[in-house]
Amino acid sequence: MARSATRTAGRATRTRRTARVSREELLELYRMMLLIRRFEEKAGQMYGMGLIGGFCHLYIGQEAVVVGMQAAVEEGSSVVTSYRDHGHMLACGMEPRGVMAELTGRVGGYSRGKGGSMHMFSREKNFFGGHGIVAAQVPIGTGLAFAHKYRGESSVSLTYLGDGAVNQGQVYESFNMAALWQLPCVYIIENNKYGMGTSVNRAAAGGALAERGAAYGIPGTEVDGMDVIAVRDAGRKAIAHASSGKGPFILELKTYRYRGHSMSDPAKYRTKDEVQKMRQEHDPIDNARQRLATAGVSDDDLKAIDRDIRAVVTDAADFAQSSPEPDPSELFTDILVQD
Amino acid sequence: MATQILMPALSPTMTEGTIVAWHRQPGDQVIPGDVIAEIETDKATMELEAVDEGVLGRILVPAGSENIAVNTPICLLLAEGEEEIALEQPLPPVPKAVTPARPAPTIAVPVDAEREPGETRLQTVREALRDAMAEEMFADERVFVMGEEVAEYQGAYKVTQGLLQQFGDRRVIDTPITEHGFAGLGVGAAFGGLRPVVEFMTFNFAMQAMDHIINSAAKTLYMSGGQMGCPIVFRGPNGAAARVAAQHSQDYSSWYAHCPGLKVVAPWSGADAKGLLKSAIRDPNPVIVLENEVLYGRSFEVPVDPGFVVPIGKARVVRPGADVTITAFSIMVGKALEAADLLAADNIEAEVVDLRTLRPLDIDTVVASVRRTNRIVSVEEGWPACGIGAELAARVMEEAFDWLDAPLKRVTGADVPMPYAANLEQLALPGAEDIAAAAREVCYRS
Repeated sequence: MARSATRTAGRATRTRRTARVSREELLELYRMMLLIRRFEEKAGQMYGMGLIGGFCHLYIGQEAVVVGMQAAVEEGSSVVTSYRDHGHMLACGMEPRGVMAELTGRVGGYSRGKGGSMHMFSREKNFFGGHGIVAAQVPIGTGLAFAHKYRGESSVSLTYLGDGAVNQGQVYESFNMAALWQLPCVYIIENNKYGMGTSVNRAAAGGALAERGAAYGIPGTEVDGMDVIAVRDAGRKAIAHASSGKGPFILELKTYRYRGHSMSDPAKYRTKDEVQKMRQEHDPIDNARQRLATAGVSDDDLKAIDRDIRAVVTDAADFAQSSPEPDPSELFTDILVQD
Repeated sequence: MATQILMPALSPTMTEGTIVAWHRQPGDQVIPGDVIAEIETDKATMELEAVDEGVLGRILVPAGSENIAVNTPICLLLAEGEEEIALEQPLPPVPKAVTPARPAPTIAVPVDAEREPGETRLQTVREALRDAMAEEMFADERVFVMGEEVAEYQGAYKVTQGLLQQFGDRRVIDTPITEHGFAGLGVGAAFGGLRPVVEFMTFNFAMQAMDHIINSAAKTLYMSGGQMGCPIVFRGPNGAAARVAAQHSQDYSSWYAHCPGLKVVAPWSGADAKGLLKSAIRDPNPVIVLENEVLYGRSFEVPVDPGFVVPIGKARVVRPGADVTITAFSIMVGKALEAADLLAADNIEAEVVDLRTLRPLDIDTVVASVRRTNRIVSVEEGWPACGIGAELAARVMEEAFDWLDAPLKRVTGADVPMPYAANLEQLALPGAEDIAAAAREVCYRS
């Protein structure tokens, strides 16, 4: 009972801001967030079963960030992120089967089993990784923006980074060049409060991370990253700014990850209560579900969506286990492009 | 006594320069800071300022004089009361720059059997590299050049001279001094479909960018299952220049040659510099082009045909010989050729193989040479441990063991951070005598 009460309260504060979302659009956003949630839960399960190896960073809790941003962006723009990338790939329209099969290291994966959780790409969907080195994607994303501008396109680069990455020097080298050359780059800081096990307060000096571009004249906004519509609206403004030739924009999305940094992280640096409170009071999916119910979507319809998504995820998991391992000859392919 | 004003050294590698113009005439009063003359080096045109007060006396080297050696007296500065005496002094002969024993201004390179170079012209390596970029930029709109001082300054070593004027600031881009950032930005631009040529002022500074060169540029094709190639060139001077000490003198050849996913070239001649850089720009992979500051000013015959390229991955026999193989790359090829001359005087005919590409290494050419000579000396400027010579020793052992009459001998830079003192620096770098001594040793003639 207490749970449903907080949900209602959450919904009440948000309806005012989100009047402009249609039922159909909200349904679509909900579906994608739910897909990411269920996909990640399944990945966590499969990791526990030893079907997925190495490092595996789950996106559970942060779904509204990438789903809201991708709802704001037009086709042709490029996306690049760090190693917590499964959600970004799904939101970019990459196939759950291909992503899951990469997690299991199978030939049906996006990198034919040679990249793994942290290194996946899709030229077709303009998803440029999946980068395993903290903040390396920031200059890369800035370079993607450079390429958009060089070719005279109106598309932008969406460059995602975490609250840990914002302390890396190369981020500021990138901000400087992006501002100097007015590159169409939106820097999306996903502030989930912890860089691995170190809270932002213990790692980042100064004020809001959104202000980290102030020295370069880059505008920044703090956004409720648990509210998919707030993210979408802020994303639209930032993208409009960048694509109109005004240069880069920074968004700081306040979000939260429910799971550890990676599968091997016991997350002892925060209390269970803290996590529970976020889940119960700010969950982006519960929140969207409430809104849909209020908008008249029936419980049956919502349950049907749930079933559909579970089927998609089950299918992806089955595919990821039945797809064969790469042929041993694959060891020596893809090292150089043969011209 | 009149003060002699000497031809100044305006860079670590400058040995000579040209007096472009005199801005003051004999009899003019000068104070410190007055520009007396304009001097052109191979990198830049600089103003020569007076550092003392006085009257300009006789001009010893007229405007337009070229190849004036550093430290040559170029004019006199007179203190009060000295005018007449000084002006009566006989004009000393103008010494021309003594061409150092090794760097002959033109180096004859035998015609390569694998190509028909066609018409050639005498060019410096610097000009050959510039032309390579200009030709490829002209041919392919996706090619652009970025780096520190590449545009308005015309290149810290003048390698990009004129490119800004020819192609504009959209395609010739000055970056801030942030190697990590602009190397990563270049990688992103390459992922995004462009063909960046990223200049490092020297590869010493590229150590800050190495994460992007290795982790982002070299590995992504593999990590993406073949989807995401990175067509990018990282180029700039590598290795020792002159008297710039430990942090500006390192040879990174073996560092890059170690990494799968990269191609690495290290040309010596002007033709190879041009042909390999053109191949590098056209290559769909990340290519490291290791140039050499000391070679920038050397002149070679260079093909003029814009279609001329040198294939990556092919070594070249630059001097045939039957008695011992000497492998070298970049500036050490010149030293190896000098050593071959020294050895010829002792009736040892050395075959000099210019590796040209370090990854993929053309081991076939090396092995074929060893089969002829049965002896091998490997020369490099870098440190010995895990170096190119160490790799060659292993490969020759694996592929030509039965053909060897002596163990491979390495000639390398000394296993120390580069010292500043002139004598110590010279001791740290391999010279022709060291190479010749190693060759005699493997021929059991020492």
